Amino acid sequence: MSDARTAILGRLRASGETGPLPSLDTAVLERRQWSATERMVRLRKGMEAVHTEFLEASPANWPAVVRAFCDREGLNNLLYGPTSEAGAALAATWAASGTQLMPYDRPVEAFKQELFTGVDAGFTGTVGGVAETGGLLLMPGSAEPRLMSLVPPIHIALLRASTIQDSFWSAVKVLGWGRSLPPNALLISGPSKTADIEQTLAYGVHGPKRLIVVLVDDLA
Amino acid sequence: MHAKSSEHEILFRDSASKALLDPQLRANFRRAMDGLITKRRNQFPDPGDLQDLRHLSTAIRSRSLLALPELLEQFEANCTKNGIQVHWAETCEQANELILGIMQARGAKTLVKGKSMVSEEMHLNAYLEAHGIEALESDLGEYIIQLDGETPSHIIMPAIHKNKDQIARQFSQKIKDAKYTEDVDELTAMARRVLRQKFLDADAGLSGVNFAVAETGTLCLVENEGNGRMSTHVPPLHIAVMGLEKVVARLEDVVPLYAILTRSATGQAVSTYFNLITAPRGTDEKDGPQEVHLVILDNGRSRMYADPQLRATLRCIRCGACMNHCPVYTRIGGHAYEAVYPGPIGKILTPQMEGVGVRHDLIHGSSLCGACAEVCPVEIPIPEILVRLRREATHEDVGSDVLGKGTGRTATEDWAWRIWAGVLKRPALYRVATWFATRFGKALPAGAPLIKHWTRTRTKPVPARRSLSERMRTEGANHV
Ligand code: SF4
Repeated sequence: MSDARTAILGRLRASGETGPLPSLDTAVLERRQWSATERMVRLRKGMEAVHTEFLEASPANWPAVVRAFCDREGLNNLLYGPTSEAGAALAATWAASGTQLMPYDRPVEAFKQELFTGVDAGFTGTVGGVAETGGLLLMPGSAEPRLMSLVPPIHIALLRASTIQDSFWSAVKVLGWGRSLPPNALLISGPSKTADIEQTLAYGVHGPKRLIVVLVDDLA
Repeated sequence: MHAKSSEHEILFRDSASKALLDPQLRANFRRAMDGLITKRRNQFPDPGDLQDLRHLSTAIRSRSLLALPELLEQFEANCTKNGIQVHWAETCEQANELILGIMQARGAKTLVKGKSMVSEEMHLNAYLEAHGIEALESDLGEYIIQLDGETPSHIIMPAIHKNKDQIARQFSQKIKDAKYTEDVDELTAMARRVLRQKFLDADAGLSGVNFAVAETGTLCLVENEGNGRMSTHVPPLHIAVMGLEKVVARLEDVVPLYAILTRSATGQAVSTYFNLITAPRGTDEKDGPQEVHLVILDNGRSRMYADPQLRATLRCIRCGACMNHCPVYTRIGGHAYEAVYPGPIGKILTPQMEGVGVRHDLIHGSSLCGACAEVCPVEIPIPEILVRLRREATHEDVGSDVLGKGTGRTATEDWAWRIWAGVLKRPALYRVATWFATRFGKALPAGAPLIKHWTRTRTKPVPARRSLSERMRTEGANHV
């Protein structure tokens, strides 16, 4: 259909309505600034308002916090990325009994059915958070495949307080997403939800029914 | 002069009148729209911030349009570099054929769809089904209306015209093994069960595109449910469709547009998911689609682009705020428009896509109150564009590119104006006509032809006993 391409671009060019580009005043995006502690509080407040659950942890004890959650919920298994930093740290101290760690180490085609019906929860790291509105930034990829944060009914995400940015605007700048982006990048603010039936909020429509943030206070 | 009879036309007047008589429909809409208006208002506590964000958003959309051909080329080049295959379609037909071709080349027989208004514009589902491909909507609202063979009544909340009882009845009849329940969580769980299996089995997934980033070759998708992520990441093949106006220069441009989109649309500061897709599954990746295709659709957009005033139509980010605040839409709902895009934005889009003559009375079904322009996050002057299209419908202005210009005249309107012009051109006749109107206007029955359309819902105006010029002649003017 390169004919269509030529015709469309030709018509757009012929329209010739060019002119000085209007200037962009981005001050409104830069007004939002908080201290590191305030950022942590804001993020939590924003995400809790949309049913995200928080587990408090320290840099040393977060694997134990994840473990305790799994035991408490009686999860059979937890999907994780064995080569990701967070995944490797989690596996290092995982006790063999109880909830089984399940590595996402094969192409999805090899266990699609199991992924959909036999996995209780998925565990991923994050690359940052957004204080203004509440949200996690994720960069899935080879170490933590894309479906880990989507298909299992519970998504457990590890967030270090020091990586929380003021706003999505500042996060895009800090992460350098403006210039080049990974194959998939995500902003996630809560568990999957819908208001399509009579404007009534219902959680867990297609994606995870629960989002658990393990918030590591590394500000000290 | 074309005098077009309105016999075969879908009359907005008729469908709107019918909708007004349906108390259930009106109650459903009133409740939903009031909720959305309040939620949006709460998201903008500072009017100064709102105006700054609107001006910025408007400037970004205008800038992107000014550079549109260059941005589209840059976007295409970067997508291609990332492994996304780009296709172009001038018409909906071409776009449908392209999608069918992409699916057939992979032997794909089933398609799960994330929400996409462009695919509605293309009537893609019907086309694919006619070619033996199952196309299933997975957005809960879209799924609900697809079960009943309906079309969306709102661009953001497609099933907003239905209430819980109606959906409960529908699910219990149409979903296998479903019991009757009015519990929203249980209804949602039923849809989840059905659709999860569909995601798992589907050969291909389709999505729209909220924003396209030229500099990185990225498709941005905004959603709450996760069905968009499912449709784009579970099946081995992902096909995206977008109108050609969606492209912006940089990801930084998307940030304010995204912020104002979710706040204007559903009164949320942020959506549950903001999904940025830049490439298909990489060689070292374990999931994600093996192939990503993008179809860029024109369907009249380049014609809107050519006109300096109408080009503003293309700034739209499809937030739906104009319909939520429209005194007409909130009373009659979306179906009365009998068009893919309802509400104020639909009133300016539909005639430009299908022709001003075809939808002649649609552009008149507005009081031009301006509520839409006041809330529009990208400041589209919808009332001004409506007035312009009203002119286009009845004139054949040289230099105008509007589809079907001049074809919206009706014989009655034509005659009325001819008589009016004839009288005004002849002073003697004018005086006689005024004399009759002032003396006997009162006697004209309210049910007289033509007049009855006005008097059906309004009191009949009574002309003054003497016209202004008569009184000036006899009483003189008091020049202050
Ligand atoms: S015209 Fe404006 S208010 Fe209406 S949908 Fe488009 S962006 Fe939103």
